[in-house]
Amino acid sequence: MSMTPEEQAEFTRRRKGRNLVVAGLLLAFVVLFFFITIVRIGGAQ
Amino acid sequence: MTTTTATQLPADWRDFFALTKPRVMSLVVFTGLCGMIAAPGHIHPVLGFTAILCIAMGAGGAAALNQWWEADLDAGMKRTAGRPLPQGRMERTSARDFGVGLSAASVLLMGLAIGWLAGAILAVSIFYYSVVYTIWLKPRTPQNIVIGGGAGAFPPLIGWVAVTGEITLMPVLLFAIIFFWTPPHFWALALFVKSDYAKVGIPMMPVVAGEASTRKQILAYSVLLLPLSASPWFIGGTGVVYGIAALALSALFLALSVPVAFRRRAGDDDAMRPEKRLFAYSVFYLFALFAALVADRLLSVQGII
Repeated sequence: MSMTPEEQAEFTRRRKGRNLVVAGLLLAFVVLFFFITIVRIGGAQ
Repeated sequence: MTTTTATQLPADWRDFFALTKPRVMSLVVFTGLCGMIAAPGHIHPVLGFTAILCIAMGAGGAAALNQWWEADLDAGMKRTAGRPLPQGRMERTSARDFGVGLSAASVLLMGLAIGWLAGAILAVSIFYYSVVYTIWLKPRTPQNIVIGGGAGAFPPLIGWVAVTGEITLMPVLLFAIIFFWTPPHFWALALFVKSDYAKVGIPMMPVVAGEASTRKQILAYSVLLLPLSASPWFIGGTGVVYGIAALALSALFLALSVPVAFRRRAGDDDAMRPEKRLFAYSVFYLFALFAALVADRLLSVQGII
């Protein structure tokens, strides 16, 4: 089953949107885990 | 699968976001945060943020699992027919995997970053909502709302335990308050909103037991809420600011539920004003009660009361 040019464009748009959201979330979690580690190692209470 | 063209495309990320029920999540974040602030002790802001994030992720995962299971029911009801799954905007298994993944990640992160007691209670709450409530009891008993109230009651308990690391009477009382608040809150709505739960075979109280019985039960829960909401003050867990606020707020709750209890619908064009008033107030009530809890705690930390 092949896609029409419109479907192909929509496919690319959605895939790009999802990739950007996943990249943003991963980056946010990297930052969060870094700070959690600093806090827990430092025993900053 | 009837929607071959729609499911061929990858689902839009916004549909995954919609699966987490963001509006429910905002209430969950609010009560979880209040439980955390009201708890005695201190939590590092980074860890506090992480705990709230885990509660939100857990709630989102449970909501996704709920919609995975109820996709057919949702398709049959006007209020829910526009959700991603009934609309065929994503594969049903994607919602399931998204829900399982989000739930597992939230429990793991809570356990590793905060503590395993908070992580365990979070896991129990997700299982409670998605399996005990959604799969098992919601389609089987008109007490489903009473049981479902338990799921909404977990966040302040988890927020509290994230700080203290132990379950004491205070967070259990916060749990009980939301638990007993849910039935009168929901049934007031069920009285004036024509829902199609009956159409899809979900046994809601006004349909199964009748309106008159539902009205009496609303009153019974409101009576119970009066001493219960003030009990954190009675046991010395809060100061007088919360105590007075709880008694005043619950007295008004009771006063508004009395006309609902002793009324009968005057035909199909009844405006249902008392029921609408009680429902609107019940939402304000929960926000105000938890705000009072936080205010009481902050005032006592400052040494003002």
